[in-house]
Amino acid sequence: MLSPIILVPAVLNGLLTGAVYALVALGLTLIYGVLHIINFAHGALLTVAMFAAFFAYKLLGLDPYLAALGLTPLFFCLGYALQRFVIGPAAHGEDRNILLVTLGLAVVIENALLYAFRADTRTVNLSYGFNVIEVGPAFLSVPRVIGFCIVIAVAIALYLLMLFTDTGKAIRAVAKEKYGAELSGIDVAHIYAVTFGLGTACLAVAACLLLPTYYVNPHAGNAFVLIAFTIVVLGGMGSVAGALLGGLIIGVVESLCGLYLGESLGQIGIFVIFILVLLFRPTGLFGERA
Amino acid sequence: MRSYGIIALVVALLACVPLVTSSNVVLNFLVVALLIALVGQGWNVLGGYGGQYSFGHAAFFGTAAYTTGILQLHYGVNAWAGLVIGIAAGALVGAITGALSFRSGLRGSYFALVTLAFAEVLRIIASVAPITGAGVGTLVKLDLRWEAFQFQSRAPFYWIILAFVAVSLVIAQRLERSRFGAYLVAIRENEDAAKAAGIDVFRVKLAAMTLSAAITAAGGCFYAQYFLFLDAGIAYGPWISVDALLAPIIGGIGTVFGPLLGALVVKTLGEVTKHLIGDAPGLDLVIFGCVLILVVAFAPRGIAGLLRRRT
Repeated sequence: MLSPIILVPAVLNGLLTGAVYALVALGLTLIYGVLHIINFAHGALLTVAMFAAFFAYKLLGLDPYLAALGLTPLFFCLGYALQRFVIGPAAHGEDRNILLVTLGLAVVIENALLYAFRADTRTVNLSYGFNVIEVGPAFLSVPRVIGFCIVIAVAIALYLLMLFTDTGKAIRAVAKEKYGAELSGIDVAHIYAVTFGLGTACLAVAACLLLPTYYVNPHAGNAFVLIAFTIVVLGGMGSVAGALLGGLIIGVVESLCGLYLGESLGQIGIFVIFILVLLFRPTGLFGERA
Repeated sequence: MRSYGIIALVVALLACVPLVTSSNVVLNFLVVALLIALVGQGWNVLGGYGGQYSFGHAAFFGTAAYTTGILQLHYGVNAWAGLVIGIAAGALVGAITGALSFRSGLRGSYFALVTLAFAEVLRIIASVAPITGAGVGTLVKLDLRWEAFQFQSRAPFYWIILAFVAVSLVIAQRLERSRFGAYLVAIRENEDAAKAAGIDVFRVKLAAMTLSAAITAAGGCFYAQYFLFLDAGIAYGPWISVDALLAPIIGGIGTVFGPLLGALVVKTLGEVTKHLIGDAPGLDLVIFGCVLILVVAFAPRGIAGLLRRRT
């Protein structure tokens, strides 16, 4: 066993990484919970958001945290439009088709970015990028601590939105009983698109939080896709609380696996959890049905 | 018998190509297209007839490719024996993943996810394991004799992959007319009803996945012999999983000739793009992705479906 001096920082850093994972997963689980589809374009959309945040900084000089204020509504609209005008009409309401359409979107987006920006990896240099604060035996990166706090705030905001607003109620109604909701006068296509928009907006926030400490290239979002799927499955498909908790767990698991097995095998732990959960408890920690 | 006649005719026509042209460009193009047709037929057996959409056929392709490559390189096994063992290894991976996921009742999105995850786990392991050469990759030794399943010219390779495709076409045709195939289609259309009708859903799906994996695995072995180089990103990369489903869906899902038709169209499209716009990274895949979405939206039965409607 390793001493607490090494273990505590690893766990804390895992939690900070896990928070951003949780935010990516939050968008995915929201979409799954309502539309009952797995959005395979999620990672590609995250990459788009990272490029948007990168160019907001490079061209307009916008700090990533400031850019998040503009990019979030923008990506809400993008997600809304994608579901309303591409995925919804193309899929004819069949689940298998939705799988293929979102996969197709992922291929298109990722390779369009590759074509436009080549495979170069880009990073930004922020004055506070390498600042650290000391917590017990650990030195934690300031941007990642800020990120952690913002993720918690977004999760709470989303929770309140679902609980108390009319839109939130409509979303929950559609998730529970689509036809019943439609009969009570809810525009299901609109609610689907709103949900997809919210899920995509989460990605914009996540991208802005990642930018100060992460890199951007056309495949950058892919690193998060299977992790986000794992979190969603672990937390229970469609559960917001599950996504948050699952994200933190996965962050810690990755950090500890990296510590014990070496950096390149750190992700193996995640996939093993993923396959085990899928096989033995597909409903996850908080999920209601498989 | 008429349908077998059509298969024989198509294969015979394709077999004449090397007699007409000796252009390496043409043959290379057709070899790759036929390889995708083979891998796609594997996907079609499970996804097209059985309705189980796998996003991780790279797991079977890569396992077979690595098995034959490593056996030849490190253990001096004959390439043809390697082919047989490679196909068996790919089928075994299919049987194991199938047994695990169908036993837990995974369907639809869950099945797609778990197959994707299995392929990714194998990719990560292959990218660090010493036996695969890790980052350097596996280089199959050059040995241009037919005993070693390597040839000076492209034509023998072309005939061999064409023979593989022919076998896969006959398998699909037999599947369509067999009781097993009817069970499989019943499961695709309504799994619960199929179960209620007394079909052993688990066994049928498992058998379909094993057969599907074996066909795709044959493609993996051929790839290793033709290109003589493997690394984790090639063998287990997402590109093969995507190509495997793209070909049958574009050509006509759940049809005998769908994967072959789709593979030819997709590869032609890729070449045309290259000629029109130059060799730009990613652009061909952008077009494939758009075609995939358009086909799902406007021609859910693929090109074969469009043709059938006209006649």
